[in-house]
Amino acid sequence: MNELANFESKATDFGNPNWVAFQTIVRTEVRRFTRIWVQTMIPPAITMTLYFIIFGSLIGRRIGEMGGFDYMSYIVPGLIMMSVITNSYTNVSSSFFGAKFGRFVEEMLVSPISNQTILMGYVLGGVARALAVGVIVTLVSMFFAEFSIHNIWAVVSITVLTAVLFSLLGFINGVYAKRFDDVSIVPTFVLTPLTYLGGVFFSIDLLPEFWASVAQLNPILYVVNAFRFGILGVTDVSLGIAYLILISVTVAAYLFALNLLAKGAGVRS
Amino acid sequence: MSYALEIEGLKKTYDNGFSALKGIDLKVESGDFFALLGPNGAGKSTTIGILCSLVNKTAGRVCVMGYDIDTHFPIAKRRLGVVPQEFNFNQFETTQNILINTAGYHGIPRSEAMPRIEHYLKRLGLWDKRHNPSRALSGGMKRRLLIARALIHQPDLLILDEPTAGVDIELRRGMWDFLTEINAQGTTIILTTHYLEEAEALCRNVSIINAGEIIANSSTKDLLASLHTVTFVCDLQASVFEVPSIPGYECVLADANTLEVEVDKGQTLNAVFQALTDHGVQVTSMRTKTNRLEELFVTMTSGSAA
Repeated sequence: MNELANFESKATDFGNPNWVAFQTIVRTEVRRFTRIWVQTMIPPAITMTLYFIIFGSLIGRRIGEMGGFDYMSYIVPGLIMMSVITNSYTNVSSSFFGAKFGRFVEEMLVSPISNQTILMGYVLGGVARALAVGVIVTLVSMFFAEFSIHNIWAVVSITVLTAVLFSLLGFINGVYAKRFDDVSIVPTFVLTPLTYLGGVFFSIDLLPEFWASVAQLNPILYVVNAFRFGILGVTDVSLGIAYLILISVTVAAYLFALNLLAKGAGVRS
Repeated sequence: MSYALEIEGLKKTYDNGFSALKGIDLKVESGDFFALLGPNGAGKSTTIGILCSLVNKTAGRVCVMGYDIDTHFPIAKRRLGVVPQEFNFNQFETTQNILINTAGYHGIPRSEAMPRIEHYLKRLGLWDKRHNPSRALSGGMKRRLLIARALIHQPDLLILDEPTAGVDIELRRGMWDFLTEINAQGTTIILTTHYLEEAEALCRNVSIINAGEIIANSSTKDLLASLHTVTFVCDLQASVFEVPSIPGYECVLADANTLEVEVDKGQTLNAVFQALTDHGVQVTSMRTKTNRLEELFVTMTSGSAA
């Protein structure tokens, strides 16, 4: 009897192979960002602490109330969402681009995994990091502001939907990226400006009518305000429209990313 | 007869218009040890890239173990293992984790993967390095890791794209033994290599691809039989400084004490010795030139058929 025949079963004998593959991708992704926790978990905590000290404590005292809450409490939801958005996006874009750059993405491409499994595995990895950082930032904010949760379902659903959406967008960025610079361009030149203008630090009621209308074209405005509703119970936008936009864009991003994988964009010649 | 690989009318034209494959047909029998040879840019790696889904084909049909890679891709991929030319694993992962992940991608849970990992890493001399990051391995170890990774899901068809490139002779021989053993146990092996003595020593059947077309496809034995000449390497008793001009024989002086004589098949060696003696050349020993396949390969791919 040959020694290889000692292994009694083949890969095909193990239940649903995609489920095992999905777990493998998620485990690898989580291990990746936890292994470099000093680079992934600590910076958001430090950045948010600085935001709370500068904008909340020092400048916020002079601003007084906003939306019926003291300024420090008002900016907490936006800052948590900012962390969720940034971390979900950068986790997936840098991880997928790194796999392309190091060519170990080919390990997945030559194996019998479905494109959906690959996509969902990376997205869940991004969601995991976003939630972990979101919790850290929330804990940090508790040192600076007092707040209670107005609607837990809104908090959970908006957080998860936002993390999924920006993980998908990060994946699309990773697919198209050809250089490391391409991975940082979108967060620097698109995400950060949109986040700052998305009502993290102010209510759009403060804007002149024209700019308030323009601001409503910014999808991050809906994310921030829907989450603020979950925490504080106040919002500048309709919650229904916020969910509609968030779900629609998420579905569109999912289908687009799946189509990119099916075509082999950026990974197959 | 069952085929491990069937390729029909396979074409690949890249976006820049370069036609890498011009409609190749190829069949590899189950259990075969097969060589796919060709010069750089001939289309070998493109063909392998299409087989393992890293290159999108323009036209044609490919079946692995009878399963079409388009319509039955999960089954086809489960039966296929690929050892690529370049190191394409995560340099920051440990040797063991790379294999655990690859097993996972093939649907093999960690508990089932571990005995296989232990087996292959021990067999390939990497067990002591299982906790080392892959970037810390030597070039030869990385090559062996690629082989272990390709075998972890126990494929029926193993494709190796120049597996012994840059590997020292001792290690190369060890890899030959291992591949021969795997093949004897039933795994079909397709090999591309630049070391043609490797193909001659290991492979029962050979295809030569050139400029995107298959220009030869037969058993190694038949292909070598198509050589019309045999080259003998003669060690000379006394130094010779001028190539002797012997009618009917092509002579090349490798060095002052070594003469290569190309002899048409059908001519007797007695005639060769007689001609050499007549020209005052004394031979102390003689052997056939080993890289016969290389001669054929060079002749065929340079445009003039043998």
